[in-house]
This record gives sequence, C-alpha cells and structure tokens, in this order.
Amino acid sequence: MQREIPAIEIADVWASYDGGKSFAVRGVTLDVAKGEFLALIGTSGSGKTTLLKLINRLVEPARGVVAVEGKDAADLDPVQLRRRIGYVFQGVGLFPHLSVGENIAVTLRLLGWEKAAAARRVGEMLDLVRLPQELASRMPATLSGGQGQRVGVARALAAHPRIVLMDEPFGAVDPITRDALARDYRALHEKLGLTTVMVTHDVLEAVLLADRIAVLEGGELVEHGATEDLLAHPKHASVRELMAMPQRQAERVRALSAASGSP
Amino acid sequence: MDRLDPRIAEAMARLPEYLGAHVVLSLSALGLGLALSLPLALLGAGSARLRWLLLTAASVIQTIPSLALLALFYPLLLALSLLAKTLTGAQFSALGFLPSLLALTLYSMLPILRNTVTGLLGVDAAVKEAAQGVGMTRAQSLFQVELPLALPVIMAGIRTAAVLVIGTATLSTTVGQTSLGNYIFTGLQTQNWIFVLFGCGAAALLALAADQLLGLLERAIARPSRPRLVAAAASLALIVAASALSPLLQPEAQYVIGAKGFAEQYVLAALLNQRLAAAGLASVTRDDLGSAVIFNALAGGDVDVYVDYSGTIWTNEMHRTDTLPRQAVLSEMTDWLQKTKGVKVLGPLGFENAYVLAMRRDRAEALGIRTIADLAASSKRMIVGGDYEIFGRPEWQALRQAYGLAFRQERVMQPTFMYKAVADGEVDVITAFSSDGRIAQYDLATLSDPKQAIPPYDAVLLAAPGRSADRALAAALQPLIGRISIARMREANLMVSRETDQAPPAEAARRLWQAIKP
Repeated sequence: MQREIPAIEIADVWASYDGGKSFAVRGVTLDVAKGEFLALIGTSGSGKTTLLKLINRLVEPARGVVAVEGKDAADLDPVQLRRRIGYVFQGVGLFPHLSVGENIAVTLRLLGWEKAAAARRVGEMLDLVRLPQELASRMPATLSGGQGQRVGVARALAAHPRIVLMDEPFGAVDPITRDALARDYRALHEKLGLTTVMVTHDVLEAVLLADRIAVLEGGELVEHGATEDLLAHPKHASVRELMAMPQRQAERVRALSAASGSP
Repeated sequence: MDRLDPRIAEAMARLPEYLGAHVVLSLSALGLGLALSLPLALLGAGSARLRWLLLTAASVIQTIPSLALLALFYPLLLALSLLAKTLTGAQFSALGFLPSLLALTLYSMLPILRNTVTGLLGVDAAVKEAAQGVGMTRAQSLFQVELPLALPVIMAGIRTAAVLVIGTATLSTTVGQTSLGNYIFTGLQTQNWIFVLFGCGAAALLALAADQLLGLLERAIARPSRPRLVAAAASLALIVAASALSPLLQPEAQYVIGAKGFAEQYVLAALLNQRLAAAGLASVTRDDLGSAVIFNALAGGDVDVYVDYSGTIWTNEMHRTDTLPRQAVLSEMTDWLQKTKGVKVLGPLGFENAYVLAMRRDRAEALGIRTIADLAASSKRMIVGGDYEIFGRPEWQALRQAYGLAFRQERVMQPTFMYKAVADGEVDVITAFSSDGRIAQYDLATLSDPKQAIPPYDAVLLAAPGRSADRALAAALQPLIGRISIARMREANLMVSRETDQAPPAEAARRLWQAIKP
C-alpha cells in the first residue's frame, strides 16, 4: 500500500532572524497529513509562529526543507504559494482602508477573478462564516471583535485553499464568542476537507479542536502525537505538566458543580 | 464704483499675467518636486542610511534662505547654458523660469519626503504582514495597502509643500520670473501699499485654494465617489487650462528690458519701453532683478537693454578700488565692457545716481558738518542706515578708510524707509541715492566727498552683446542719451515714490519724456 503524500512536510528545519547568530526554530521535523487539524502549542518565544510562517515562506528556512503537497516550497513562487494557502493572522490583520467585502475578495482579486464571480464568492463566504450579507459594505473599524475574526476566516477561505494556517485566530475575543468561533471553524474544516495548522498558547483550545498536537519549546519540537495519546501518555515532564492543565481545570469545575448541586 | 483707486485698477489689470505665471511656476515646481520626492521616499522607507541622507540633505536645503537659493541657481544655470551653447549650438534662458523652478522644487522636497517616509514607516507591521500573507507582491503591498494607508500623512506633506512653494514663489521675481511677487517688490519700492497688500492677499488666497483643492483630491482618492472625483478633476482641468492660456495673454516681444528693484529703474524701464514702442519695437520688462543677476543676464543675452551705473560696474564687475574722475571712469568702463563682455554702452543718460551720505539739515548745521571729513569726529556716536548692499560693497570700505569713519552701528534697511528714518531721527546718517527725490522732499543735507573716495555713478544705457550692432535699437534710444538732468530724474522718482498722489512709473516716464524730448 502506497503511503499518501502529506499536505505539509517539515524536515530538519532551522530558522534565524539574525543571520544565524541565534535560531528561533531548531531542527524541527514534522509532517501534517491531508485533512488533519494540527495544533502548535508552546509558550511565547517557543518558535510556534515562526514554524507556521515557514510553511508559506513568510519566513525562509536557514537549513532544511519545507514541502507543500509534495513539492519543495523553495522551488515554488512564494507569492503564488501564499495565494493558495489560507492564512488567518494574529490580531486578524484586516486591511483598514478596504470594506469587509473587499477584504474577503482580496486574494480573489490578486488571482484575477472577475468582479461578478468575486462578489458572488463574498456572499457565499459571509454565509459560510455566518455573517449577515449587509456587512460586505462596512469598514473593518465598525465590526465587533468576533465579527472581525469571522471576516478574517472568510478571507482566508475565499480562494478555495486546501491548506489553512492560523496564528492565534480566536484570541482577543470573549470566551463565549471564542468558543462559538472555534466550533464553527472546526465544522468548516470537516465540511471543506481542509488541512489546518493552528498556533495557540491555549492548551484547552488545542485539545478540544485538534486531531494532533505538536509541543514546541525553545525552538525545538519536544513531542507530538494524536491529541488522545498526548493527553493519556505524555513522555516529557514538561508536556505532562502542560497537558495536565486542562484536565485539572475540568476536574475543578466538576467538583464545584457537584458541591453546589447543579447537574 | 466710479471712484476706484487707480492703483487697484492697475493691480487688477496685471492680475492675469502675474497670477498665471505664479500658478504655472508653482504647479511645475510642485509637480517636479513630487516626481522626485515620492520615488526617493519609497527608497528611503526601505533603507535607514538612505533615509538619513535624504532627510539631512533636504533639511540643509531648507535652511538656505530662499532669496539666496534662487540667486545661486542663476550663475549655475548660466554656466550650463553657455556650455550647452558650445556643445550643441542651442542656448536656453538661464533667467526667470528655470532657476525659480529648480529652487522651488528643492524647497518642496523636504515636507514631501519627510511625510511620505513617516507615513510609510507608520503603517502597522501586522497589516503589512497580512498583505504579504494573502499573496501580494512587494509592489502590490506598496500600492494597494501601504501607500493608501499612508495617504493622509503624505497628503499633509504635499499640502505643506504647496503652501510653501506658492508663498516662496513670490521671491522668484528677483531672478526675473514674473509672479505675484512683482506686486510686492514694486509696491515696497514705490510705497504703493495697495500693490503690496494685493500681492500678499493674492498669494495667500492662492495658497488657501491650493490647500483646499488638494484636500478635495485626497478625499476623492481615499474613498472614490463620483461627485468628488468630478469636482477634483474639473478644478484641476480649469487650473491647467488657465495656466496654459496665460502665456498667450502676454504680448509678443522682440526686446527684453531689465530693471533693478527701485523706483528710478521702474521709471527708466518704462521710458525705454515707450521709446521702443514709438519706434515700432515691442518689448517686455523684467522688473526687480538683483544687481548681480541683471548684469549677467545682459551679458548672457537674457536681457537686451537696461540702465546701470558706472560706479557699480567699476567696483562690482571690474573690481577696481581706485577712483578716477567721471569721464575717465566712463571711458575705461566702456572699453572694458566692449573687450571683455561684448557689452555695448549706448551712452550716459546725463545724470548720476551716486551713493551720498545725507543727514538732517538742522542736525548737520548744529554740528557744523558739511563734508564727510567733518563727520569723522562725531561718527563714533552715530548710527548709519543703508540699503542691503552698501555695507558689504568695496566703496564703503574705501570710504571708511579714506575718512576714518567708525559708526556706532551700521543698520541695514529698506531704501524706501531710509529717508523717513533719518528725517525722524531714528538714524543719524544714511547712504542715500543722489537722484532720489526724497532728499529734497525731506530737506536732507548731502555731504560732499572732498577726497573723492566714492566713484562716480553715471547712469549708462547698456545693450547686450547680441544687440551691439542693432541700429533700430540704438536709433530708438538715441534721443535719451545725455538728456536727463539730475533735477528731472529726481522729479520723476519722487512722482512714483512719494506717499500721496503717486503716479505709476509709466505716467512718470511719459512726463519725463515730455520735458526732455528734443
């Protein structure tokens, strides 16, 4: 039986922001299978965002190979590569001078879509992320935090990408909105058959959404595996500590509800 | 309005020409400034070292006084023009438009550069990364995201530059470029305050209008809407059309008459213009040219004819420090001009406009001062007032040394105010012009120069090298040679510079001609 080509292959990749004096990513090797939802977790400065940016060449590797759908990313035109990979930015990163509709259609315009087709697609995307159609003509500054995040997702998905990269996509909104957004996105991931890599520092979010989790520390990949395996049998002490947190929180909540008598 | 002040009517009549020239110059300078500054700023936004270099250079240029920057470009362009002539046979005019354009362009660059760089650097890094992340090329990110977001700051810089250029363009009058500054310079020299106010007001209104129009343009670019775009486009089209038409309003001329910036020169330029017209020769006048600019303009062929003074040529051009009798200076100067510059002396007009020391008559009599030699003893307690040039001129050094003068203070002032200042006792002595009518008006005593330290200043009519064999020109101006006495000239000068009942220079010139015609 032939092994299916992974959506993303990362092989012994190093990355540096200062020409090799120090490394933000140190020899990471990691594959992401087609249709998989991978969460990259770790503390601030662990290299998870850098690793994400290596995939669509926002950061170039100092050493090692990144391959996207079987092709070495170094051989691809970085601009074309980015146009076919969806990206949801930390802090949303909507263009403040463009309307919601223009923001969603920005990659379509770059790809040379006709106006009418792009407008239709904007309508579909607003439905998909469950936003009202009237929002298309609004400016980003007039949106609520949750609406902005949904527009960010719509923009990332508009050009039919098969791969989506997300950098702390659901940060900076209240917990209820955040939970709704996360569940809606997971549903889209299934429905559209996406491959998703999401950076987060929220272990609970990673556990609830991701099929697999990769833990980074000081630029190195400490451990990675299926979410259940990592929860049940973490190998490293630091990972055990990290994965224990959501379980401890859940137990405390259960204990509190039992004490107060609510179901 | 049957009793409109004739000076307002005169000012209105000149408005199309002055305003048109002012707009063409400002628009060209701003356009060229933009074309140079925007690409440089884009490069500068990407490199800290280049940015430092650009902004420092632009700041240094900004510190050069505008008047000096304008005047510096003239000799530079003249040299280039002569080089072009030897290389290609074609010559361009180094006077007027070009030096003004270059100086104003340089002036416009600092605000545009600084604001564009600041605007681009101020764009949120997250937004720039998003532009890259959605698949924009470097150019797409720049033109579709960074520049639109920096637009308000960039436009603020362009608006500052526009106001600066329109204001500074009034100074281009001094290098022979017609502008709204002609009102101001002529008005200041002839105490025509209506002209001064008219010039300042017109320049201010133009600057305001340009600022508003650019604001409209900015809003039209930022959020395109049909009415805004139409309004902005229509206003722009109107300005361009009006500016393009304005040169057509100016008369076709064969001869260019030069004039320095004081009353006597305006009268004489008007007189030359009327004499040429009477002979069927059309001419235009370039008023308010600086002393250094005007002679080079004549030698370079940008000006065909003007009146200078033998002492000025003697010291400034020939660099002589000795003083010879009047006739000797005239004949040596005539030979020197012919041999070294090819400039032809058409002849002396008959009067002298020399530097003379003048003071209040009652004061001079009380102190017993009749000659400059008498002044030496009391000069330590006195303040002397003089025009912009005199205290730096070699004649002044020679005069001080010859008589041992040591004034308590040398105060530089507008020639217009000098006479009133000495009459009011604000200064004790002034370096007056001997042909100025205000010496008589204020009853000032002029001090004689027994040691002949000040050279003679015969008014002489000079013709450009290319006009030295022009018989029609010589014939038309011949009736003026040797016919203007100092009394007639003073009378005409007073007519245009007195505070009440002023006549325009052309009127004074007509009356002068009536009095002297053969």
